[in-house]
Amino acid sequence: MHVEQISIFIENKFGRLAEVTRILGDAGVNIRTLSLADTSDFGILRLIVNDTEKARNVLKERGFTVSKTEVVAVEIPDRPGGLADILQVLDADGINVEYMYAFVERCGENAVMIFRFDETQKAITTLTGKSFNVLPGERLYSM
Amino acid sequence: MFFNEEFETLPREALEALQLKRLKAMVARVEKSVPFYKEALAKAGVSSDSIKTLADLQRLPFTYKQDMRDSYPYNLFAVPMEDIVRIHASSGTTGKPTVVGYTRKDIETWSELMARSFVAAGVHKGDIIHNSYGYGLFTGGLGAHYGAERLGASVIPMSGGNTKKQIMIMQDFGSTVLTCTPSYSLFMAEAAKEEGIDFRDLKLRVGIFGAEPWSEEMRRDIETKLNLSAVDIYGLSEIMGPGVAIECCEAKKGLHVWEDHFIPEIINPETCEVLPEGQMGELVITTITKEGIPLIRYRTRDITSITYEPCVCGRTHARIARMSGRSDDMLIIRGVNVFPSQIEAILMGVEGVEPHYVLIVERKDNLDTLEVQVEVGENIFSDEIKHLQALSVKIEKQIKEMLGVTCRVRLVEPKSITRSEGKAKRVIDNRNKA
Repeated sequence: MHVEQISIFIENKFGRLAEVTRILGDAGVNIRTLSLADTSDFGILRLIVNDTEKARNVLKERGFTVSKTEVVAVEIPDRPGGLADILQVLDADGINVEYMYAFVERCGENAVMIFRFDETQKAITTLTGKSFNVLPGERLYSM
Repeated sequence: MFFNEEFETLPREALEALQLKRLKAMVARVEKSVPFYKEALAKAGVSSDSIKTLADLQRLPFTYKQDMRDSYPYNLFAVPMEDIVRIHASSGTTGKPTVVGYTRKDIETWSELMARSFVAAGVHKGDIIHNSYGYGLFTGGLGAHYGAERLGASVIPMSGGNTKKQIMIMQDFGSTVLTCTPSYSLFMAEAAKEEGIDFRDLKLRVGIFGAEPWSEEMRRDIETKLNLSAVDIYGLSEIMGPGVAIECCEAKKGLHVWEDHFIPEIINPETCEVLPEGQMGELVITTITKEGIPLIRYRTRDITSITYEPCVCGRTHARIARMSGRSDDMLIIRGVNVFPSQIEAILMGVEGVEPHYVLIVERKDNLDTLEVQVEVGENIFSDEIKHLQALSVKIEKQIKEMLGVTCRVRLVEPKSITRSEGKAKRVIDNRNKA
């Protein structure tokens, strides 16, 4: 039920982000969503793409440091308190959110959030147990 | 003014006769008590008896820093441990320091030579010496301290760091003499300015600066901004510590080497031949009175030249020029000696770190800064910022702990550090470009 995310190390230098996205574009890889975490020296670009392996290979060929991580995509009712409900459930089970970001597309009436947990499998069990809809990767890559 | 007029102004001929006598006696001591020298001298086919003139010094073998490392900790000591009253050490390339031991007489000699150095710099009894050299294993703090007490001046054992307090004490205690690295003096002056204190209004009259190379331009800058007379001092722990050589305030043109205790030579570091007066080369020093750890022809790796021309101050001891560089890759960062190989060893000790790094040394606001660039390969990469930041902090901490130097680790993309055939360009020193 998890989703594959690739993370890329990027120095805080002019044009680096443009280069990464250009490489992916030229390889025909479509970015589904992304988040960028940054410090004064470097950033970590996290991407969910339609072809994880291909994206990873083309970036590695160009000398980037890339890693693959498992994240979890969850449907969230698009109403006040929707996100809070989920976080409360996770909190009750002692599951830590390392980071999270939103998916650009909606899934029907619902928004989609991407979570990176310290314990991925436990989080999935907790969420499905509470009837939250966890989206499989294939669904996301093609949305 | 002299501290020991008789010896400081000894006619050249008498000085050289004394050197020869002391050289022979020192070689006789080490060939008996230090197995390393016994072997090295036998190999070179020289003994104390075969030394007839000072020129015979050139037949003696060199001593390298590596020999001191190989003798860690005490194997080069020439006296039993019960005669050693002090131990100092300087940082070594693989975490093991270079160890030196002093007998009571060595400490007395060091104190006298440091007292001579103070007087040569224009310091006298009644002065209040603000000593900002670090106290501890490093020889700077205690070396200057003992010399100040020997002279009979009042010494404030400040040690390094805590700039605000330094400035307050200097102002409130009426310090007249400052001893620290030249860059730190300028840093303090700038910091004082921000507090609304003008260094020119303080009572400082003399500054004795060493432990890192500096220039005439920097001297002018310091003398203007601090309103004092700035002199250069030279020393290294292997030979003794600070006070091996000092500029006299009368000429400020070259540093007098206390030749009744040390014999300086300038050699071509490649061919090892002794160079004539005035030519630039590596400074080699033989300690002729030291008891704890006498060294024969120690390769300092410092580049300078020597002159025997009489000096206006009346001292007959030879003068060496300001140090103009190193014949090895040692960096001096805020007075701390750092070899790139030491940093490499620390990086290699961190799991997953690859041997691709660059050291960037700069001088910002008169303070040396060290940036260590480390490539982020897949082994250390994480999708979480906190893990990468923890890695930087870990490396910074280890470098601080093992080498005593503060640095900033910057994580960079792989291959961003230039690969070159043969020797990689590991160090970018931008300090002398400004």
